[in-house]
Amino acid sequence: MLPLRVKYSSVRQLITSILLILVVSGVSYAFRHVLSYQIVALVLLLAVSILAILFDIIPVLIAAVFSAVVLNFVFIQPIFTFRIDGPEATLMFLMYFVVALINAFLSNKIRRAEKTMLKNAEHANTIKLYDTLFNSLSHELRTPISTIIGATDVLLENESKITATNKNQLTQEISIAAFRLNRQVENLLNMSKLEAGILKPRLDWTDLNELVFKIINQLDARDHRIQFNPTLELPLIKIDKVLLEQIIGNLLHNAIEHTPGNTLIEIHISCALEFCTIIIKDNGTGFPQDTIYHVFEKFYRLPNSAAGGTGLGLSIAKGFTEYLNGTIMLENRKNGGAKFTISLPVESSYLTEYKDE
Amino acid sequence: MNKAEILVIDDEPQIRKLLQISLESNDYRVVQAVNAREGLSFAALHPPDLILLDLGLPDKSGHDVLKEFREWYSRPIIILSVVDDEQDIVAALDHGASDYLTKPFRTGELLARIRSAIRRSINDNSETNIVCRAFEINLIARTVKMHGQFIKLTGTEYNLIALFARNEGKVLTHQYILREIWGIGYQTETQYLRVFVGQLRKKLEENPNNPQYIITESGVGYRFQ
Repeated sequence: MLPLRVKYSSVRQLITSILLILVVSGVSYAFRHVLSYQIVALVLLLAVSILAILFDIIPVLIAAVFSAVVLNFVFIQPIFTFRIDGPEATLMFLMYFVVALINAFLSNKIRRAEKTMLKNAEHANTIKLYDTLFNSLSHELRTPISTIIGATDVLLENESKITATNKNQLTQEISIAAFRLNRQVENLLNMSKLEAGILKPRLDWTDLNELVFKIINQLDARDHRIQFNPTLELPLIKIDKVLLEQIIGNLLHNAIEHTPGNTLIEIHISCALEFCTIIIKDNGTGFPQDTIYHVFEKFYRLPNSAAGGTGLGLSIAKGFTEYLNGTIMLENRKNGGAKFTISLPVESSYLTEYKDE
Repeated sequence: MNKAEILVIDDEPQIRKLLQISLESNDYRVVQAVNAREGLSFAALHPPDLILLDLGLPDKSGHDVLKEFREWYSRPIIILSVVDDEQDIVAALDHGASDYLTKPFRTGELLARIRSAIRRSINDNSETNIVCRAFEINLIARTVKMHGQFIKLTGTEYNLIALFARNEGKVLTHQYILREIWGIGYQTETQYLRVFVGQLRKKLEENPNNPQYIITESGVGYRFQ
């Protein structure tokens, strides 16, 4: 369970505590004819307990002492004096004082224990994450590097013995490996930017149709059919173009990498008022139902999925989308294939013409 | 014609080697400098036709080197950068870089940028008639022909295409275009620019959504090619 936290500065916590005690005392004072001072003591104790759940130890201790003083001064006979008459009232007052203090201390102790537990859990998670990271990295980075080193060794050492065809093939392998490496590094850099919280959104007016065409033009989709019919009458939207390019690019790249050849990948965009929706769907094999909730997790890879990924593409797409205050959703289509839906809140402008003569 | 001479300023020996081989095999002469100090003194001794400048040099910030060059060197400087930070690129372009390439880049792209930068630096600006791609622009009559046919443009649309055509192949930042066309004070009105570029594309491009002439460089500006 997450501890309730109220992030106020100590001064504000103190002021709020004192105010709460004053208000509770004021209300109790108004009903002083029907409330005995014992009942008022319980009500005040309740107020202090609530404060102890929400606030730090120092303001709560001060509130506890203050409430005891108010109890004595206003409610315990003789009222408006600091005197207490009779052993019963004295005992009552002392017990109130001690119980309020214990209350404050105990709450604080529980809160600290919870904090430590949370920290330990986080630490364990981080270690697990790094294990996965290193496993995934050592494989996904070393494979293309091995290819490059191996191919160049062959090219350098057997200069005279290799046929022209083999030479050409090796050079192509080097090229493929280099591009693969480049993509991995880009994903890793994006992920660390996201994790380090150093992203700054740069909103700029964007034509979504143009952006999607640009992304498609940069893809290597020889074996797949990509279909995009630009939406007419689309407004300009104000968004971080570079991030959105990464989001859509990653989803398309993912579809190309993990669906069989000749799969049809469709892109559809629509904007309504302050929302834009981008749908990317394919008629491939879709995702096994029990993996759908995990595919956006960092380093998650489907069992038996094709080589060449780090399991970062989709989590970056999700991270960037959420960073832009949007949502990303994955579902399987009825007749097979996956469907990703991105919804983004945007400022849009339907202004498409200026008169300037 | 003399071979054009290119000064490569980069601290990475591998990149220098690669640039040297690809440039020399395309008939350029190559001079190499390993840091800003060396680059500045080589250029002062014998000004090259074009400079390829790495932004991340060990002895000086690339932006400072660029500013120093621009005090006296007016030929093209193309920036090489590993930082894909658009703000950084925009700043370099504002400080007088002619163009930019982010590492890793394709050799074909590098050669295309160099060719177009050198061509622009040789062309004098006294032309009254610009012919590029399918377009013929008459700067005196303020008319534009596409495939030999006159096209009807508004005043601003004309100003835009004339600006693009004078800078064929070069990336122009949003701020630069806004300042040139609308003047000081409009540098942040990128929405104006989008709308006018959209209008212009509708008149010039076969598929305005997938433009062939006016290309968007995300986060940086436009390139007319």
